[in-house]
Amino acid sequence: MTDKRFFPRQVVESGGNRWDWALLPLVLALLVLLAWGGTQMARPYQLGEVLPLTLDPNALPYYLLRTTLRMFLALGASLLFACVFAALAAKYRAAERVLVPLLDILQSIPILGFLSITVTGFIALFPGNLFGVECAAIFAIFTSQAWNMAFSLYQSLRTVPPELQEASRVFQLSGWQRFWRLELPFAMPALLWNMMMSMSGGWFFVVASEAIAVSQQSIKLPGIGSYIALAIEQRDLQAIGWAIGAMLVGIVLYDQLFFRPLLAWADKFRFEEGSSDAAPTSWLLTWLRRTERLQPFALRIVALFGRSLTLFRRRHDGTSIRARARPAGAALQRAWDALLAAAVLIALWHLLRFIHTEVGWAEAGHVLVLGSITLLRVLVLTALAALVWVPVGIWIGLNPRWSGRLQGVAQFLAAFPANLMFPVAVLFIVRWKLNPDVWLSPLMVLGTQWYLLFNVIAGASGIPTELRYAAQNLGLSGWLRWRRYLLPAVFPSFVTGAITASGGSWNASIVAEYVTWGDTTLQAKGLGSYIAHMTAIGDFPRIALGIGVMCVFVMGMNHLVWRRLYRLAEDRMHF
Amino acid sequence: MKTLIELKGVGKSFRSADGSARAVLEGVDFRLAEGEIVSLLGQSGSGKSTLLRILAGLIPADAGDVGYRGQPLHGPARGIAMVFQSFALFPWLTVQQNVELGLEARGMAPDERAARALAAIQLIGLAGFEGALPRELSGGMRQRVGIARALVVEPEILLMDEAFSALDVLTGERLREEILALWTSRRMPTKAMLVVSHNIQEAVLMADRVLIFASDPGRVRCQLSVQLPRPRDPDSAEVRQLVDEVYALMTAGTGRRPAGEPAALPLAHRLPQADVSRMDGLLELLADDLFAGHADLPKLAEETELADHELLPLTQGLSLLGLAQLADGDLHLTPLGRRYVDGDHTLRQQLFGQQLLASVPLAAHIRHSLEQEDSGELPQEPFLRLLSDSLDAAEAERVLRTAIEWGRHGEVFEYDYRTGVIRLPEGRQEAAEG
Repeated sequence: MTDKRFFPRQVVESGGNRWDWALLPLVLALLVLLAWGGTQMARPYQLGEVLPLTLDPNALPYYLLRTTLRMFLALGASLLFACVFAALAAKYRAAERVLVPLLDILQSIPILGFLSITVTGFIALFPGNLFGVECAAIFAIFTSQAWNMAFSLYQSLRTVPPELQEASRVFQLSGWQRFWRLELPFAMPALLWNMMMSMSGGWFFVVASEAIAVSQQSIKLPGIGSYIALAIEQRDLQAIGWAIGAMLVGIVLYDQLFFRPLLAWADKFRFEEGSSDAAPTSWLLTWLRRTERLQPFALRIVALFGRSLTLFRRRHDGTSIRARARPAGAALQRAWDALLAAAVLIALWHLLRFIHTEVGWAEAGHVLVLGSITLLRVLVLTALAALVWVPVGIWIGLNPRWSGRLQGVAQFLAAFPANLMFPVAVLFIVRWKLNPDVWLSPLMVLGTQWYLLFNVIAGASGIPTELRYAAQNLGLSGWLRWRRYLLPAVFPSFVTGAITASGGSWNASIVAEYVTWGDTTLQAKGLGSYIAHMTAIGDFPRIALGIGVMCVFVMGMNHLVWRRLYRLAEDRMHF
Repeated sequence: MKTLIELKGVGKSFRSADGSARAVLEGVDFRLAEGEIVSLLGQSGSGKSTLLRILAGLIPADAGDVGYRGQPLHGPARGIAMVFQSFALFPWLTVQQNVELGLEARGMAPDERAARALAAIQLIGLAGFEGALPRELSGGMRQRVGIARALVVEPEILLMDEAFSALDVLTGERLREEILALWTSRRMPTKAMLVVSHNIQEAVLMADRVLIFASDPGRVRCQLSVQLPRPRDPDSAEVRQLVDEVYALMTAGTGRRPAGEPAALPLAHRLPQADVSRMDGLLELLADDLFAGHADLPKLAEETELADHELLPLTQGLSLLGLAQLADGDLHLTPLGRRYVDGDHTLRQQLFGQQLLASVPLAAHIRHSLEQEDSGELPQEPFLRLLSDSLDAAEAERVLRTAIEWGRHGEVFEYDYRTGVIRLPEGRQEAAEG
């Protein structure tokens, strides 16, 4: 078989294999780094041993390697999780009923919550080895990456065009073949986009995931996150600067070496007709495609994969009794529903009893009040951010000369972990003796406001040219121009951005309402600081309570506000 | 001749929103024998697409037996392939990979399937495009890929679901001729073809038998045998006469009603999806010197350049409103229609509204209900619910949309899209109150 997918024109035209030689060092270096980093991760380790950690900038490349390795392992795990989850949820209705609400809940649980609960289990899994702790850290990163990928894949699998599904059935594709030939390719663009978002999400919690507190002692795994944690402890602003620099290098590297090539390669999976956007390009992918020696290697893997496709095939067709559809047992389904309802009720009962005995109702009420304060913060700040960024975004979006460039910048800023800027804020607040309840709040949207910006830019640059001309022709100006033309035109993309921004702000509140710099700790009254504080002193029942309440708030917001706005936008305000 | 696939008393119903079953097909008997091409004609919503999907094994029948080579059919069978209206190509696979799909699914070795795919690509006239992605191809080329993909698995039965209707007329005709050439020269392994179409001429040119479907619930209304040698000339007298005959059969009993007789339509009558301005245009054309009030439907189709599935609803709409009359495949302008065409905008609206209230019970019911409200307005939901008692949700929505569009044109009622509220027009509301 000559799989023409990996043989574009360039291959036929390019004569020599200088591309092989150019890529050889890169490939070898990657392999060596992987192997070395891998062995470092699985060193013998006893609980209580202190891992050496220094603020020397020369150690940063090594830390960067370790952190990146962790993040990619987590990303791989997330991908696997997403595939299994989406396949199960999209294929079995019974599974869907449990999995989707479960994911909805998991998604709104802040990452710190997972870490403090799971770390002991992971350490017990690999006794005497560092890998247990590594696993805990990887799991923490996983929890910040997996959910949105799983949701995106599930949504895509549900929306596979019906005529393609019919074609795959008429031509006898088995479930395995359908997944690889139809479902995954169809889901690829959205999945990739979510993978990139997940990587950014991972960076945001890199400090929390690497500096782990377990049984009254803290383990700091070698990595950028621990480096930052140490720098904060020692109030070393210069080291923070170095860490930011290393992180920027890391982001650029994996963007160029990993996501760019993937994006350029995945462009063919775009389902929409017509090419509205310019196809993304990647120098690395072009290089790879021009090599001669690496190509057969890749082709062999593709061929192996192709063999798996022919191996897991459908052995019978529609004339066999096995193809007969089993009638869905109504009784069975009802029993399953009853079982689910019973499980939910029991869980609720246990939860209520737990709250009653462990923390008391007064505390629960207090936490609800704290939640409302944080809710107020999220709403006010999202509104403020919108007030600033919507006009700016529209202005940029309508200027094609700027929009391409600045949209990239905004995406990069969204990927950048804003919590690195927190120490500066602390210094500022302490210096001027400001009220932390007010002045810590802006930190919540520091990282998430960019989602608003680049979505609005995208929306504004997507306004049809005819509409633009019509507005000019009618001489729309002033407030009327905004009310009748610009604001409705960007509304759908604004809602998309605001959903992401407010969701991110809730998660960020745990970090933003409770900021430490050396031995100074600033605290804003709110649900985030409550959870962060309880995590710091290790009070499990209260952590659980705080997380539970935050889940309720986030899910309530999603169902009552965002989904409605989204539906409104979908229904009325699109071109 | 040997029967390949046979349906006996097949029925299919879908559950509507309130859980009641709505029959799409009822008591359909059908057999497809070796060596024949059968065309299926019918209005949209007559269940011909559903029937095709039952034959393809994509959806199970609720009642009756589906047999393929004497065996019951539970799912898609290897010997049955399908060509889709929207091509249904996998956009990320090259032409060759798309064509190989069915072979790969059967576990055929890479070398053999490449050889077969290349042969099929050659046969269908796509040689040189093996490595292209579907998005690089024009519509006609894409459908060629769709056909090659179906032919390469050497199906006994080839199902075509309006395979040429997404193509422009010229491309569609050429592709159809090529398929027929392959068929008559026995260069394709297929033993029988079933072609679902809404183009009457296409059906007559292709088929040995034309089956005409009736709607609500879908069933075979009549069948017509076509025994002309291929290739058939669309301008020949025989073909023209057959086309005429099919037009007459298709429009018979739909909306034909002597003017003046009280409306006997059910409330949830499936209003034809007829655009108001198009109906206006068609009436004007009909009143023109060219037709002078009487038009042969095939000629009208030619003159308006409308496809059959666009033209027929218009004629039904006009006939329903008593502005024109359908008889034996011809459309006649009624005296009322003449007044309508000659009138100015206000008179037209007035006539349209008056006829709407007189002959469309749904419109009359909406109007009547509105007049009983003090505010003169009602949300659309109760009407939708009423319709979905006997129509499925999408169809109910479509019928109400049509009624609203007609009502707006005739100033019988108004509708606010944002709130979904139907209300009496401004002037009349006060009249109703006073």
